[in-house]
Amino acid sequence: MSTVSNTNAGPAKGAVRVMTGNEACAEAAIAAGCRFYGGYPITPSSEIAEILSKLLPRVGGKFIQMEDEIGAMGAVIGASLAGAKALTATSGPGFSLKQENIGYACMAEVPCVIVNVMRGGPSTGLPTLPSQSDVMQARWGTHGDHPIIALCPRGVRETYDLTVRSFNLAETYRTPVILLLDEIIGHVNEKVFLPDRIRVVERVKPGADVTEYLPYQDTDTDVPPMASFGEGHRFHVTGLVHDETGFPTNNPEKIEHVLRRLNRKIDRYADRIIRVEEDRDENARVGVVAYGSTARSASYAVRLAREEGIPVSILSLLTIWPFPEEPIREMANRVSDIVVPEMNLGQLAHEVEWAACGKARVHKVNRIDGEPIHPQYVLDAIRAAARGK
Amino acid sequence: MIDFEKYLRIKKFPLIWCAGCGNGIVLKGMLGAIDRIGLDKNKITVVSGIGCSSRATGYVDFNTLHTTHGRAIAFATGVKFANPDLTVLVVTGDGDATAIGGNHFIHAARRNIDITVILYNNWIYGMTGGQVSPTTPHGMRATTAPFGNPEGSFDISRLAIAAGASFVARGSVTSPVKLSQYIEKGIRKKGFALIEAFTPCPTAFGRQNKMGKALDNLEWIKERTIDVKKADALSPEELEDKLVTGILVDVEKSEYTDLYAKLVESVRDIPVDLHIPEREVVPASIAVAGGEEL
Repeated sequence: MSTVSNTNAGPAKGAVRVMTGNEACAEAAIAAGCRFYGGYPITPSSEIAEILSKLLPRVGGKFIQMEDEIGAMGAVIGASLAGAKALTATSGPGFSLKQENIGYACMAEVPCVIVNVMRGGPSTGLPTLPSQSDVMQARWGTHGDHPIIALCPRGVRETYDLTVRSFNLAETYRTPVILLLDEIIGHVNEKVFLPDRIRVVERVKPGADVTEYLPYQDTDTDVPPMASFGEGHRFHVTGLVHDETGFPTNNPEKIEHVLRRLNRKIDRYADRIIRVEEDRDENARVGVVAYGSTARSASYAVRLAREEGIPVSILSLLTIWPFPEEPIREMANRVSDIVVPEMNLGQLAHEVEWAACGKARVHKVNRIDGEPIHPQYVLDAIRAAARGK
Repeated sequence: MIDFEKYLRIKKFPLIWCAGCGNGIVLKGMLGAIDRIGLDKNKITVVSGIGCSSRATGYVDFNTLHTTHGRAIAFATGVKFANPDLTVLVVTGDGDATAIGGNHFIHAARRNIDITVILYNNWIYGMTGGQVSPTTPHGMRATTAPFGNPEGSFDISRLAIAAGASFVARGSVTSPVKLSQYIEKGIRKKGFALIEAFTPCPTAFGRQNKMGKALDNLEWIKERTIDVKKADALSPEELEDKLVTGILVDVEKSEYTDLYAKLVESVRDIPVDLHIPEREVVPASIAVAGGEEL
């Protein structure tokens, strides 16, 4: 264990802590190298801002409460272009407001992390109660064909790990990354063992020759090196479709070229970005696909079902987007029924159905009343599926 | 004699601005101010929003950021706060800064962050084809005010003053030397500075309001503007429909990034209750190549 060179943090107090998901997210952000937070208060995410307003100035970072959600997203993008690893946190209504600038970050390829602690919607909805109803907004909330990465932890320790991973993926692929917590994960207190060692990615910088710099250059990796403002490259950044030079273009060939690369940049690395955890029973005819806090209920339900003698497999999705199509297809080839519990009306179940491609029947277990999905609900669905109903 | 080409991306010419547009004069004023101050091109970031004026960022050879509609000042706040060593200028318009972006405008002034906003006020939405803006005078026509603007208009400079800007000046392309001097003073000011620049739009504003040729549009501005020193001697009735130009506010006050730096200094010795794991730094090039499991 050691302290980061540019911090004055005291010796680590020990890696065992009792903390909430929001606390874990804030601390992990600092560990990952985040040195800029721009946000706007919104329940149930506000603790992330409150904690970072205390911590960031003490590690040489910057915290700013902006005048609104849109401005917060703009400031985060500006800070990232100036070289900082940058974060914002919000919830449903604020996530809606941020969408235009999230699209900008996709288009201009600006790494940043957006945390959405999901609450019930639509509109002002259920500010203090959990939901998972923003998974489609995370994918398609901003207009236009764009790639996106969205991660979804099941608990506090996983929130810590996936926050670090969000920054790493953002810097690796020069893209915004969305971290979807839900109100349960954000506010639940859990005893956690924080890691002694983490991997931290630093973005690819261009070479020393500033005259040759193409900010959106074609490279073997499809991820162009990124300079920061002030380093001498004097490049142009725009939300308009641009060519390799960064300047707007109306040339159909160039438009096609850059938009294809933009989407390919994430698609081709999907296997590396997607992370799932499978607890497989080779005899299972019933499978469960779950994510976020619901995956905890679902895991418990699977345990109860096995105790009753029903063989079941469960696939927990830690990456939601790009969608884990292959693992679900494999599951559909082995089982006859897939149960998908969600705190929404089946947003991801439709994706599971599409991936299963008719090989397995998909059963939705949904709850939208602001209450968590109890293991019993999932267990009932597993039993019904096992009986062939 | 200033070598303006030194600051321009000549390869991107011709400009998209129409014949008779005043935007080029404001832009030239900005480049002249930068030259006189002697700023390093690498240390300047110019941020713009959406609209005719905001296309200026494409033509100037600095770090340039063409953002979403209304959000230039928010993006600029992030750039300046993350790296206070940069000189940050914002090029925006009346619609961009005071309609869709009004909130960022007043709050950046309140925060007094060291950003210089050069606001091209042409009383109309030019790029989208001449719709009514927050500064279109009452009664004047626009494509979305075909019977005359039923609304009142903003006094943008007074708005910035009320919000807390430390430097506010209003100029016009009809007095380009003064306008450039105001921009210079605004950039030199440590704090939020607004330079509101009146500029004609014969294509979208002048034509709909039967204001004659491009030169007549300039005359229209000249007739309406009055220097602050002369205005002081006039009654409110005499100043009705007049636009007062000159340096309207120039005060010394604490600037935001300075205040935050002091805050950082003052909390430096407070112990942090924070677990910092050992960090293995992986270059993104290796991560992309799949060399490391992330």
